[in-house]
Order: sequence, then C-alpha cells, then structure tokens
Amino acid sequence: MSKRLIDLQHISKCFGTQVVLDDLNLYIRENEFLTLLGPSGCGKTTTLRIIGGFETPDAGKVVFDGRDMTSLPPNERQVNTVFQKYALFPHMSIAENIAFGLKIRKKSKSYINDKIKYALKLVNLDGFEKRSVDSLSGGQQQRIAIARAIVNEPKVLLLDEPLGALDLKLRQDMQYELIRLKEELGITFIYVTHDQEEALTMSDTIVVMNQGYIQQIGTPQDIYNEPTNAFVADFIGESNIIDGMMIEDRLVEVLGVKFPCVDEGFGKNRPVDVVIRPEDVELVDPMQGMMEGDVTSLIFKGVHWEMDVMANGYEWMVQATQMHPVGAHVGIRVDPYNIQIMNKPESSDERAVESDA
Amino acid sequence: MHNLKRQILAGPYLLWIAGFVLLPVGLILYYALTTTSGQFTVFNITSITASVHWKALVLSLELALLCTVFCLALSYPLAMVLNGMKGKKSSLVVFIFILPMWMNFMLRILAWKMLLSNHGVINTILDMLGLPGLDILNTPSAVVFCMVYDFLPFMVLPIYNAMSRIEKDVIEAARDLGAGGFTVFFKVILPLTMPGVVSGIIMVFVPALTSFAISDLLGGGKVLLIGNVIEQAFMQEYNWNLGSGLSLVLMVFVIASMALMNSHGEEGGTGIC
Repeated sequence: MSKRLIDLQHISKCFGTQVVLDDLNLYIRENEFLTLLGPSGCGKTTTLRIIGGFETPDAGKVVFDGRDMTSLPPNERQVNTVFQKYALFPHMSIAENIAFGLKIRKKSKSYINDKIKYALKLVNLDGFEKRSVDSLSGGQQQRIAIARAIVNEPKVLLLDEPLGALDLKLRQDMQYELIRLKEELGITFIYVTHDQEEALTMSDTIVVMNQGYIQQIGTPQDIYNEPTNAFVADFIGESNIIDGMMIEDRLVEVLGVKFPCVDEGFGKNRPVDVVIRPEDVELVDPMQGMMEGDVTSLIFKGVHWEMDVMANGYEWMVQATQMHPVGAHVGIRVDPYNIQIMNKPESSDERAVESDA
Repeated sequence: MHNLKRQILAGPYLLWIAGFVLLPVGLILYYALTTTSGQFTVFNITSITASVHWKALVLSLELALLCTVFCLALSYPLAMVLNGMKGKKSSLVVFIFILPMWMNFMLRILAWKMLLSNHGVINTILDMLGLPGLDILNTPSAVVFCMVYDFLPFMVLPIYNAMSRIEKDVIEAARDLGAGGFTVFFKVILPLTMPGVVSGIIMVFVPALTSFAISDLLGGGKVLLIGNVIEQAFMQEYNWNLGSGLSLVLMVFVIASMALMNSHGEEGGTGIC
C-alpha cells in the first residue's frame, strides 16, 4: 500500500452558525484517484478548499507529506486546482495562461515553451498557443485549465466539479481523458462531484459525504455493493430501501415475508433497513416467487427495462433485460447475497442524514 | 421590410443628432473660420498662440492632469475597499458616495466657496484649534481641490465596476498557481481593471479640462482656464468667432486625449467612448 500523502486530522469548519465540517478525518494516499462525493452543501468543496489553502479550518490539522501545512497560503502549497468555472485569465492568451505558474517560478523561456507544447498535447489541443480564451468552447477551456495546473508538476491535482458545466457526451469523454491523464502523470487526483456515475467511473477511492460527515469510504465496488447506510445506498445508484425486521442471523422479514440473507450479528427481532438494488430483483413465475405482485409501470432504458412492481404494499423498482407488460402478474425473488442489511440510524445526526436523503 | 422598420426607429435619434450635434458643430466651424463681417480667416484658431490664451490652455492641461492623478490615486484604493465589502454594505457605501452627485453642480461649488472663505467654517475651526488658517481660496489649489471633489465619483465607479466583475475564482487560480499578493495585483487585478481606469481617466480629464464654472467661482478671477477664456469671448466680448475658434482647438485636445487613452485600453470597460 503506497504511503499517505495528505492527512486531514479532526478538521472542523463553520460558516457563521452553520457547521460545514465536523471533526473530519481522512487520509489520501500517493497516486490515488480519490473522489469526494455528496449532495450540495455536504462539505465536499470546503474539504477541497481546505486542502488547496483557500479556507482555514477552525480546528484540526492538514498534514502534507509529513509536514503541517494548515496555515500555509495557497501559493506555497504543492497542489494545483482545476476550478469548476475554469477561471482562466481572460486578458491572456492560452500560452500565457499555461505559462503563468512557470513564470512565477522563474523557469527559462525554452523550458516554459516546451512545457506549454507538452501540456497542450496532453490535453489534445496542440497549436492553441495563440488563441484567446474567449474563442474556446467550455470543454476546451476546461482542458486548458487542466493544462495550466499540471505544467507546475503538482504532487496533487484538486478538481472541483470540473465537468459540471459540460454537456453529457463531453462529460463522458472527459472522464476517460482524466483517467488517462492521471495514469500518464502518475500524481494524486482529488476530485469533487455530486455525480455518482462520475465517481464510480474514475475513482480508486470514493468518500461519500453528507452534512459535514463522512458516510462511507471505500472502493467504487464497496460503496455500490456494500453501502453502510440508507443514505449511501440511495445516493449511489437507485435502491429499494425497505423497513425490515432481523428475525435471527441469516433471516430477515420484509413486507411480511421471510427472506434468507447472508448477514449476521444484528441480534434477534431488531428493526433494520433492507437495501436491494433494482437489478438484483428477479421477476419470475408467480408460483416460484417469494411474493407476488403486479407490474404498474414499464419504461425502456436502452440496456434494460425499468419496471415498478406493486407487491405486499410496496412499489418495487426492478431493472431487467426481460420485459413484463403493465398489469402482468409476476413473482419476486431475491438471492440471499443480494440483500443488504443495515442498522437503523440511532443518533440524531444520523437521523438528520437520513431525512435529507 | 424589417430593415425599413429599423430605419424608422432610428429616425428620432438621427433628427436629434442632426439638430443638436451636427448643426452646432457646423456652426462652430463656420464661426471659427470667419471674421465678424463674414470673411474667411484662420486668425480665430491661431490666436491660441496669443500669450494669454496659451497660458490659459497650459494651466488648464496642468490642472486637469493634476485632478486626474489625484482622483486616480484616491479612487483605486477606494474601489478595492468597496470591492472587499460584502453585498449590501458595499452598495450602501457606493450610494452614499454618489449622493452628492444628485445635488446641483453649482450649489456644490458655491458650498466650497463658503467653506474655504477666510471666515468660512474650515478657517473658523482651524482658528479655534489655534492652527494657521487655510488660505487657498482664489488659487489654483482651490480649483483642483473642488474638481477632485466633483469628479471623483466618475473615477471610482468605472474602476469599481471593472473590479467587481473579476471573478473570485480567477484570483484564487492565480494564488493557486503560486502568485503572492503582489503578483496577483500586478498580473491579474490591475490588467483586468485597466478598461475601468481608462474610462475613469477620460471621464475626469475631459470635464476637468473644459470646466470654467469651478475656476470662475473658486478662482476669484485670478485662475484663468481656457474654459474661462472661451466663456468670456462669448459672454462678455460677444466675439463668437474667437470663442468658436478656441473651442475648436480645445476640442482637438479633448479628442486627442481620448484617442490616446483608448489606444491603451482597447477592450473598453464601461463603453464610454
């Protein structure tokens, strides 16, 4: 496991009376693509700005490469930021924009020129040196913003929702570009987004945040398959989240029906949240299912069909490649390992998180 | 059809231009190039070289320049302070700042005459404090002082306007790329506010150069600016030909100064010219 590059220790931050971050602890490893994911107002951008040096935490420490840099101004940190709205200098040409950081570091002219060429090639915009900022599209401007940041050879690149303003197709292309860039540069990326698909596609590690708290840290697979609470389950992809009762180890009662599952250690007769992904719900012959229901809606989504099935008083969201028409009587079956059991939230903070979801 | 409609819409404006801009300029040109009896001459224009006229023009340029420099020196830091304030507070300060502009121009000048006079408020206070009196009324200092007071908002507003349009992100990006406060100011803030500075300079320098009311009231007849010379030619000597000739010369200086400034700030901040 590579070493810890950035260590955030007990970070708290308030704006006025609003608590944005509360005792946040997080470390970022060298060469990692880490994504801070959460709804707006969850504290993800504030966390990024604290790493970048644009905000000072009220409490806690930012340790970078073993050195405390909590109160270091942005211009003295070995990190560079790509801003959401590009933030290019409108009075400078593309080449001047990219050269900005290098000129401050008093690099030689030939070094700067080589770097500009290299960076433009890296972001697929060769020959754009003389162009003005205004003449570029949003996607191109964002590439220049990335080029401007990486020529300084930062150890960490901070990206604040960099694809937020781009259209869908461009956004998907840029996701692959960013993965490629990260591999070519071999540096750490810290990425902020509210888009779960973006997070799943690009990240090595995802940090799911809500209301100033970290909800879960894990690989995209962990986060998707084993969400630790209902908020994460709901935020990462779509889910059926149903009130259930843990009868005993490996047996949960949902909507009056006992489902075998693989979870243990919840105790007996404990109320729990049961999470089942829509693609894990199998529609079968009514006789073979664990419960029976009727299809109430049907939508074609391209790769699959999305159906709502009313069964035992709950509207199940189902995704399947096989279609059942509206009104069809079907059986519902779920494999034990596709059932995710989660404790009900206990503290008031967690409940707040819950109600927000 | 569409085109015709547009031309009709432009009609009133064209009439205005013809009646109140082209015609008067044409008349000035006519008067400037003729004698009182209607014969062609360039004497009205060349008379700018007459010692008293030339002196007035040079003094006008000097005072207008001084006024512009003072306004700029006061306005830039002020605009930065305003820009640093948050939302409502800054608009309140801007409002207070432009409030005097809504009072009559002559009234403001007369007020300064009272304030600065030998037995005026300022000297009474200074006297009470045992300090030496401020004897600047009827000197160029008083004229410049009042010009700065009158024209300051015209410098502050375009600069503040340009500054408030700089995105916070852009400044943060500069910091992020390694720029300290000094570099951020000279490489980002100053170049981006240049169009505002240019507008401000034009909006202060031009009226300062052509003003005559301030020097009339606060100069006590001792500070003769080119504006006063022209006013006298029209109002006292009834020599419209000489007045027009000198006006024409002044106009050349105004246009030249505007062209000079515009060539330095192509992007035109508030679109004043």
